[in-house]
Amino acid sequence: MVDISQAKSICMDASEVDRALTRIAHQILEANKGASDVALVGIVTRGDTLAMRLRDIIRDIEGIEVPLGKLDISFYRDDFATYISPELLNTDIPFDIDGLHVVLVDDVLYTGRTIRAALDALMDIGRPACVQLAVLADRGHRELPIRADYVGKNIPSSSSENVRLYLEEIDGITAMAIFDIAPGSRPGSAPLPQKGGER
Amino acid sequence: MAFNHKHLIDIREYSADDIMLLLETAQRFKQINERRIKKVPTLKGFTVVNMFNEPSTRTRSSFEIAEKRLSCDVLNFGGSSTSSVKGESLTDTVETLCSYKIDMIVVRDKHAGVPRKIADTVDAHVIDAGDGKHQHPTQALLDLYSIWQQFGHIEGLRVGIVGDISHSRVCGSLIPSLKTLGAHVTIIAPPTLIPLNPEVLGVDEVSLKLDEVLPSLDVVYMLRIQRERLEGAPFPSLREYHMLFGLTKERDALMKPEAIICHPGPINRGVELDSYMADNPARSVILDQVYAGVLVRMAALYLLLGGNEQ
Amino acid sequence: MSLLLKNVLAIDGQIDLHEVLDIRIKDDLIAEVGKGLSEDGCEVRDLSGCIATPGFVDIHVHLREPGYEYKEDIESGTRAAAHGGMVAVCSMPNTNPVTDSASVIEFILRRSREAGHCRVLPSGACTKGLKGEILAEMGDMARHGAVAFTDDGRGVQDASMMRRVMEYASQFDCPVMSHCQDESLVGAGQINEGKVSTLLGLAGWPAQGEEIQISRDIELCRLTGCQYHVQHVTTARGMELIRQAKANGLPVTCEVTPHHLFLDETDIDDSYNTFLKVNPPLRSKEDASALIDAVVDGTVDALVTDHAPHADFEKDLEFEEAPFGMTGIETSLALYITNLIKPGVITWERLVELLAINPRKILHQPPVMLKPGYPADITITDPDIVWTVTKEEFESKSCNSGFIGCELTGRARDVYVGGIATLLDGAVTELGKGVDA
Repeated sequence: MVDISQAKSICMDASEVDRALTRIAHQILEANKGASDVALVGIVTRGDTLAMRLRDIIRDIEGIEVPLGKLDISFYRDDFATYISPELLNTDIPFDIDGLHVVLVDDVLYTGRTIRAALDALMDIGRPACVQLAVLADRGHRELPIRADYVGKNIPSSSSENVRLYLEEIDGITAMAIFDIAPGSRPGSAPLPQKGGER
Repeated sequence: MAFNHKHLIDIREYSADDIMLLLETAQRFKQINERRIKKVPTLKGFTVVNMFNEPSTRTRSSFEIAEKRLSCDVLNFGGSSTSSVKGESLTDTVETLCSYKIDMIVVRDKHAGVPRKIADTVDAHVIDAGDGKHQHPTQALLDLYSIWQQFGHIEGLRVGIVGDISHSRVCGSLIPSLKTLGAHVTIIAPPTLIPLNPEVLGVDEVSLKLDEVLPSLDVVYMLRIQRERLEGAPFPSLREYHMLFGLTKERDALMKPEAIICHPGPINRGVELDSYMADNPARSVILDQVYAGVLVRMAALYLLLGGNEQ
Repeated sequence: MSLLLKNVLAIDGQIDLHEVLDIRIKDDLIAEVGKGLSEDGCEVRDLSGCIATPGFVDIHVHLREPGYEYKEDIESGTRAAAHGGMVAVCSMPNTNPVTDSASVIEFILRRSREAGHCRVLPSGACTKGLKGEILAEMGDMARHGAVAFTDDGRGVQDASMMRRVMEYASQFDCPVMSHCQDESLVGAGQINEGKVSTLLGLAGWPAQGEEIQISRDIELCRLTGCQYHVQHVTTARGMELIRQAKANGLPVTCEVTPHHLFLDETDIDDSYNTFLKVNPPLRSKEDASALIDAVVDGTVDALVTDHAPHADFEKDLEFEEAPFGMTGIETSLALYITNLIKPGVITWERLVELLAINPRKILHQPPVMLKPGYPADITITDPDIVWTVTKEEFESKSCNSGFIGCELTGRARDVYVGGIATLLDGAVTELGKGVDA
């Protein structure tokens, strides 16, 4: 289990996350007039798990299992020359996205650069009818003209802070927490816990 | 999982973790190579020179495809050994190239040591695409990738390498990297094709008899015989070589059921192995090796060029 | 006016001399040797802490002139020799044109008289064009000043040709010197065949390529009675063959180089330093240590450098394209002091034998002793000075030394050739130019 005792504050707890996801699921269904053309694509890491939760909620509401995929944007990043993600991630979209209403799912919307990369990555995979963006938190500080269609919570934050989402499935605890950026560390999603013993 | 290499020249400088990171990264590129748009913008703006000072269609094409699928700008350069033919020294040639502000030189040369010399001369990244009889690290990586994909691991596998060990740059990289990953390596060849002190490469065992070793091997790696260069010199005829060291249909029965056959290509059918074995779908991974070449070269380009600018 | 070298440790085993004393030089001869010599009317040099020996001779040097003056010429090569403490060198015949006729011998001697900073003793080729096919005019060359015959750079490949060379040469007062190498075995060899050649993917050069010719030539020596000198021996087994030949009373002598003594194949790494590409190649550690044993036990007669200058652009090539050879004449003395004298492997007496006494004997040159009446060919060595080998300090036109960056102890301070200082306080003098006139 991840230790979040270093956090400055907890801005969403597990039940708030659940409620926000349920609301987003309803909004997605409303905006797309049901679930029949909808596909969920979560951005690794954390966005893919959120997308999985959204799929389960939609199934509970509509009785339809929407296609679910995950998207790795490593090869589309704009900071490749200075930084390579240490994590070995993979894209897995086991369906044809052509003509679908693809909802990109991510944990925290910040500069917008990740979403820019994700849009490029998605377009290289196929030609969706439209792409929408669902995020659990929008912390502002946009550097590109990008906005989310579905937002769980707006979280005002300083650029010297890191807003990180932890999820039960990955981290053993569900919470959205604010940290000061430690010297030398990078803003962005929480690192994946090290799998012990492997490699 | 830090990857702190500027060059890929001597595979012996790569740890087991480094090699596994390359192989796992290669696997990530597999899905890109299987989409309709087989290209990512990762290396947009990077310029790579393929400096091939001796003919090599296969390796050069493989690098070029890898580079283009990562959106590099590619310059193909060379054709002959510059120093001897044009009277220009290697250093001058390379410094000229670097005036174009290139990021990487992929070099193939008939002379051992040229990639290191280039790396010592200029600031660009260097990948050794085969230097003389010395090393060919990306070939070793694609071999390792193919073996890893087949078995899921490399540690503990028994690998037999058959053929011209003494003139093989493939061996110079493959044997040490197999050892790094914990495989057991036997070389099998006539004494005239075994170099002095093969143990310095990491060879565990030397055998002169293919039939005795074959039943214990998980991987049978057949090296290419240079027909033109070798016939009548280290062995009397291709016929006799095939008889003693060729992988024939008859020898299939001696192999473990799950054993695989590798070959760096191009194959001399009827010399190193007969068509039955070369095309044997249960054993031959020769075409997988070719595909793996693109993947591991993408991985090498990606890991060497990324994350270096501070 | 005479010159007084004061308080110098004079060492000369020929006359059992090993003490601090003074040496008076008058004109071109040693006039007086003794303690407390009068300083009246003399130029005095206090050489306390230094060693005076009969002048050193390097009998294996490539001066490159005529033909390859961009690598070295007689002036620069002899400047380098003086800088390294030598009073004489024996030049090798692989010039262009090849030193295979009296006219080239004459040319070398004339250039040496004009511009030499030490004595030049030219060797001539055994066979025309070093091709191993037709005898060169050894008699004419000997008459014009050739002191030895060798096809250095190659061995004479054909055994019957070598027999003829040795038979024919034996009528002159000159040794036959041989670079022993069977080309059919060596082939395209780049470095010693063994661990390093396998690891670096370079064509191997088996020790047997050298040993087979040494063995053959020893038998031909037995047959012809020719005075025979093996150049730059590199292998333990080759040295053993020579040791046995000497024990059998054959007129066989041999030499070794500093690079074969103090470097070995393991110094060649994946930086592919072409300065370490030499012919014959650097051998194994075991071979190098066997060579040192042979220096100690007397099997080795002379220490030589095989000083082989090459231009920077020639060495700045792919290893397999670069020419063979390294320079050595400016570092050899320091290497011997650092690696043989200081650790107590050999004595100064033995070093003088290897660098001054035996080389002259091999080439049938009159002896030089630290004794009145002998020519004032003297090397003064500062045995304790510590210095670092750098490219910038070389007097040679080339800097392809395998020892750049090494910290060495000991160095020639002054050199006198026929009473003229060619080196003073470690600097080559302009006065010394043309000293061989």
